[in-house]
Amino acid sequence: MKIVVCMKQVPDTETKVRIGPDGKTIDPTDVNYVVNPYDEYAVEEALKIKEEKGDGEVTILTLGPDRAIKAIRTALAMGADKAIHLKTDDKYLDSYAVAAALAHELKDMEYDLILTGKQAVDDDAAQIGARLGALLDIPCATVVTKLTIEDSTFTANREVEGGVEIVEGSLPAVITAQKGLNEPRYASLKGIMMAKRKPLEEKEPQLDEEKLEILKMEYPPERKGGRIVGKGPEAVPELVRLLHEEAKVI
Amino acid sequence: MAKFQAADFLNFDRLLSEEEILVRETVRDWVDARILPVIQEHYENGTFPMHLIPEMGELGLLGANLHGYGAAGLNNVAYGLAMQELERGDSGIRSFASVQGALVMYPILTYGSEKQRKRYLPKLAGGEWIGCYGLTEPDFGSNPGGMRTTAVDDGDSYVLNGTKMWITNGSIADVAVVWAKLDGTVNGFLVEKGTPGFETTLIQHKLSLRASVTSELIFNDCRIPKENRLPEAKGLKYPLSCLTQARYSIAWGAIGSGMACYDEALQYAKSRVQFDRPIAGYQLTQEKLVKMLTEITKMQFMTLQLGRLKDKGLAKYYQVSMAKQNNVYQALEIARTARDILGANGIVGDYQAMRHAANLESVKTYEGTHDIHTLIVGENITGISAFTPERRSS
Ligand SMILES: Cc1cc2nc3c(=O)[nH]c(=O)nc-3n(C[C@H](O)[C@H](O)[C@H](O)COP(=O)(O)OP(=O)(O)OC[C@H]3O[C@@H](n4cnc5c(N)ncnc54)[C@H](O)[C@@H]3O)c2cc1C
Repeated sequence: MKIVVCMKQVPDTETKVRIGPDGKTIDPTDVNYVVNPYDEYAVEEALKIKEEKGDGEVTILTLGPDRAIKAIRTALAMGADKAIHLKTDDKYLDSYAVAAALAHELKDMEYDLILTGKQAVDDDAAQIGARLGALLDIPCATVVTKLTIEDSTFTANREVEGGVEIVEGSLPAVITAQKGLNEPRYASLKGIMMAKRKPLEEKEPQLDEEKLEILKMEYPPERKGGRIVGKGPEAVPELVRLLHEEAKVI
Repeated sequence: MAKFQAADFLNFDRLLSEEEILVRETVRDWVDARILPVIQEHYENGTFPMHLIPEMGELGLLGANLHGYGAAGLNNVAYGLAMQELERGDSGIRSFASVQGALVMYPILTYGSEKQRKRYLPKLAGGEWIGCYGLTEPDFGSNPGGMRTTAVDDGDSYVLNGTKMWITNGSIADVAVVWAKLDGTVNGFLVEKGTPGFETTLIQHKLSLRASVTSELIFNDCRIPKENRLPEAKGLKYPLSCLTQARYSIAWGAIGSGMACYDEALQYAKSRVQFDRPIAGYQLTQEKLVKMLTEITKMQFMTLQLGRLKDKGLAKYYQVSMAKQNNVYQALEIARTARDILGANGIVGDYQAMRHAANLESVKTYEGTHDIHTLIVGENITGISAFTPERRSS
């Protein structure tokens, strides 16, 4: 079984991101970059499938700048067999261009399964998995919390509003991972030492023209101060009404 | 608790390799996720988080700088950074790893027979088995050469008699490395749990290093097979060589405690308002914080150099002594100062500083006390041993 995991490096969710001087990009100084958390589930699932089947190969496919090497090494240390790094400069690429570049590369690769996170936590676009399915003309199941692989088919539990949808499809396919799919392992220290010896191919991506352009980035509006509705038990009905009608939290 | 922010004032990370950083980040994440949420409760209850031992094995934290037999094979800097992160969690966790790796696996690997290595090392590296190291006795701490525990050659076995005191992991160990005198010479023996004549008692009511098991080992005509002697370790210098390994891990560990306390104090000082401004805005508090950070920075570079020397086989025991002594002393000062900055909050378990401070009191004493390390370095630079005073002629 040949599995490709499309993985992105993103700023750590703990990082306070600042907008760069051009007003369109994120200032990379002091940002700690990590493997996109949803992609970690994808890597873990790929490793689990390989272990269960007893054979196979897990390849990491990452598009990104030089610094993305750290994320790639982490995935190799977790147990992936090899990696392809499509190197870009640190410039923003829209989801169309990213998916197209990955698809160009995938067309020259052998694969039975493509795994990726349901979205990247930096731009939250949640487009890559679905676009890859379309560009490669293969089935795509998104937001998957359980995955079973048979010889040439898969069954996936998808998280949908208020419940679970169970779908089946043929392989090869694209699966996008949701939290709950598994519990990603830590890279072992031995794995980290071995990661450097695993094959890593660096390539120029084939970049198509983008279809979106970022005009401007803005910080979220400052939070408004609190309001005191009243005092004592008499204030409760009014508080409940406001929580229900205005804040819409109950 | 806010997420830990590691101090790196002088771009220390620039001197590290990609792997060394990745090892540190991995252990850091593991400590954040697995140790910090449970450590206070274990500390209060005086228990070791036993459920984490297999995970430590899986991660490769046990004997991580040793090569072969299931050990991770890290270089000494990556290993040190891992120990730093463990002690950032708690000195008891790092102590567990130091004892298992430096005091149990190291002598078996270095002075053991092939049969002993094969029997013990993979299980110890994987966290399936726990080891302990018995050198100290009730009457012989700083002066282990005076030990009274004996081994007597009796046909196809050795018979051990004596008592070992203050033994980390003693009551939970599957195998004990025990140092005893055979015909007047110190030798190392492997004693397995359940051997008749070998008993342990837990030392209770500790006020320091509470999340760590400390025990007394009692040998009463304890008969072990001859093949359980470490064949290559005859003389006091062999147990001392193990201590050099463990002291190296302590030097790094102390940086971790210091970093945890500094980070906690800094974050607290910036948000705690008194007299209408954050206490971090007062000169006295700033002086404390600056002193803490300066000492952490000095420790980082000294200990890194020690690690690089160790990787080249050039680190000397007296250099390790200087680092162990200095780092533990400074970490303890940092922990106490952090406790001070936290005010009353500093004395409760919601904050870490006082737990680290209490732990570091043990760390200052074990593996050679602060004073003993002074004497080791002192002897090296003067050429005169001050361990035993010259007797005055009346
Ligand atoms: C929590 C904990 C865990 C431990 N784990 C282990 C373990 O796993 N295995 C093990 O073998 N041991 C262990 N020890 C024992 C530890 O190594 C000893 O406590 C240490 O060596 C000091 O010995 P002591 O306590 O007998 O103190 P002493 O040797 O009695 O020292 C008391 C004081 O006298 C000073 N002193 C002694 N000699 C001199 C001198 N010549 N000149 C000047 N000052 C001197 C010391 O510096 C110290 O301040 C542990 C101890 C603790 C607290």
